[in-house]
Amino acid sequence: MSEAVISIENISKIYRLGEIGTGSLAHDVNRWWHRIRGKEDPYLKFGQVNDRTKSLKKTGKNHNPPNDWVYALKDVTFEVKQGEVLGIIGRNGAGKSTLLKILSRVTSQTSGQIKVKGRIASLLEVGTGFHHELTGRENIFLNGAILGMRHGEIASKFDEIVEFSGCGRYIDTPVKRYSSGMHVRLAFAVAAHLDPEILIVDEVLAVGDAEFQNKCIGKMKDVACSGRTVLFVSHNLSAISSFCSSGLVLKQGTTTGITSTQQAIAEYLTSDSTDKNNTSWIGKIKHEQLEFTEFSVCGNNRSGQIETTMSIEVNFAFNVTKPIAHLVVALYVETSTGSKLALSAQYDDPAQGLPTHLGPGLYRFKVTIPPSTLAQGHYRFIPDIGIHNVERIVGESAAVSVSIINSMGLGLKFITGAVNEGQFRPQWKWQFENNTRA
Amino acid sequence: MNEKKSNSQIWDLVIRPNAPWWDLELNEVWRYRDLVWMFVRRDFVSVYKQTVLGPIWFFIQPLLTTMMFTLVFSNVAKIPTDGLPPMLFYLAGITPWNYFSACLSKTSSTFVSNANIFGKVYFPRLATPIAIVISNLVQFVIQFALFFAFLFYYWANGTKLDPNWIAIFFLTPGLLFLMALLGLGTGIIISSLTTKYRDFTFLVAFGIQLAMYATPVIYPAGMVPKQYRFWIDLNPMSAIIEAFRSAFLGGPIPWAGLAVATTVTFISLFLGILIFKKVERDFMDTV
Repeated sequence: MSEAVISIENISKIYRLGEIGTGSLAHDVNRWWHRIRGKEDPYLKFGQVNDRTKSLKKTGKNHNPPNDWVYALKDVTFEVKQGEVLGIIGRNGAGKSTLLKILSRVTSQTSGQIKVKGRIASLLEVGTGFHHELTGRENIFLNGAILGMRHGEIASKFDEIVEFSGCGRYIDTPVKRYSSGMHVRLAFAVAAHLDPEILIVDEVLAVGDAEFQNKCIGKMKDVACSGRTVLFVSHNLSAISSFCSSGLVLKQGTTTGITSTQQAIAEYLTSDSTDKNNTSWIGKIKHEQLEFTEFSVCGNNRSGQIETTMSIEVNFAFNVTKPIAHLVVALYVETSTGSKLALSAQYDDPAQGLPTHLGPGLYRFKVTIPPSTLAQGHYRFIPDIGIHNVERIVGESAAVSVSIINSMGLGLKFITGAVNEGQFRPQWKWQFENNTRA
Repeated sequence: MNEKKSNSQIWDLVIRPNAPWWDLELNEVWRYRDLVWMFVRRDFVSVYKQTVLGPIWFFIQPLLTTMMFTLVFSNVAKIPTDGLPPMLFYLAGITPWNYFSACLSKTSSTFVSNANIFGKVYFPRLATPIAIVISNLVQFVIQFALFFAFLFYYWANGTKLDPNWIAIFFLTPGLLFLMALLGLGTGIIISSLTTKYRDFTFLVAFGIQLAMYATPVIYPAGMVPKQYRFWIDLNPMSAIIEAFRSAFLGGPIPWAGLAVATTVTFISLFLGILIFKKVERDFMDTV
């Protein structure tokens, strides 16, 4: 049950950027000349990391050609087991589609090998090979044959396919008359009835209405539950976390290996922020009446990791230059994916008497989150300072990312099998009654 | 090379960066034969969508071309046609030539024109040019029917014709097969060469037109002066066209020439598949 079905060993793929013309011809002749003599390809040495944000530095008169070669994938190695649903995530340009293309044999790798057990079917795009002049019926057969199904197979599943697509009325009309949604529905209907041992899906769910998306995810879950292996590339993290059993993060062509889905998502998200665990923001946001200088988050141990058992202190420091009326100081807590979790403001409890009118001077506000409230995970704390009904002075620009870990808090005593605790792991009051008759 | 883990693991497929050069992988194409048939159907069906006359349009080209040739080459230029009626002579040459030129011109842009489908799904790329070669047969059959009609008309009107029926029976499919393979072979060679550096594509269109003049389509091979005869004989299509014409209209069948043509065909096919296999692996990166 846990034998490997895909074994990817040291796959690398190098691409040459820029246009193809006489310059590249010179390179090609050079590479061929090296290959004839049995020597190593000279350009593989120059292959750079695939960082799409770095622009070419024109080094004066010597515009060095080797800048053109990048490694889209470098020494990627991992193994996929039977029945695993692997979610592959990464930023744009990380190499996800390249990896899938190599697996689907659309292009070939520069070095390394892949061993596969079972038939692979890839959905790199829906509606591959649809010919717009042919009717839906004819296209089902054509598309099915392109994806690798035998004619008899398609014929026996024809009615199911039409039903799944929901395009029954239009099945004998040329496909060029279909709406784009129907196009996708028909295409996915054909693809959904493939019976491969290994299914590779590349971000094809970005289209279609909500009902269709659910149908698609449902169908993929069926495929996964029937013991088949699925490789799924998506930017939709909620789909990944609900559907995948393990995750792989690709970062500029390299990977650290397969991990659990939650770990992969966390790794992907934390690499987004420029600082890994930056829990304080220090700077100057100037406004005519106020100058914001500091926003920081820490546990009650002041430094080091924040544990779920600690109370969390959030500090706001600013400098008032002109008298300010109706000041609002608030805190937003968001998940790392951007869903808002909580809001708390200084005026919440009037009994506390926190001021909203301030004269010039240096001020510090602090809000304390009680221990055992937030579960372990990654959060964003966003300050919200402004003048009621007038304007916001400080917002997203001073946000910090915070990680909370759980090494001695709630939830560690018993293993319940639930991987995702959610965002809150509070300590609420429980009661117990024994009602058995004596 | 043995893996450190389960040596008992049997893999269905191993994807390597390079395949051995002699491995033609024709069994893969056979496995996908349903797909080849689907492509043929698609090519045929899509041409006639939304037309009223449909396949009848295939008659028009050879008819008009033959009439033009008769006017220009026979009446104006007075090029002899071996004693045979000019219309018949030209039609006998045009029918097989059209098949070959259609095969060559369509297969020589295989990679570039199918890049979008090749880039999304795997199937043996050879399936596409093979499907093109098969779907062109439809056009041939229709034009052949026209030729046969003319043949019958002239024979019924008493023209002295000497068709060699045994030769016709065996040669027609044989020549067809040979032309298909030649068109396929040269087409995929050009296709593979022009994927990255598109210079040769400019040659193909008018090259085929010029090649028609270098083949004895409008003139009998016997008319060619001695110093050029060698070059005409080198052209594999010369023997094929001559053989086709002689079988239907009478005249010697150039067996020696056919043997040369067959050799050239198989060499170009073999070379073509080899180069094609090399290119199909990662042409998607540069097409």
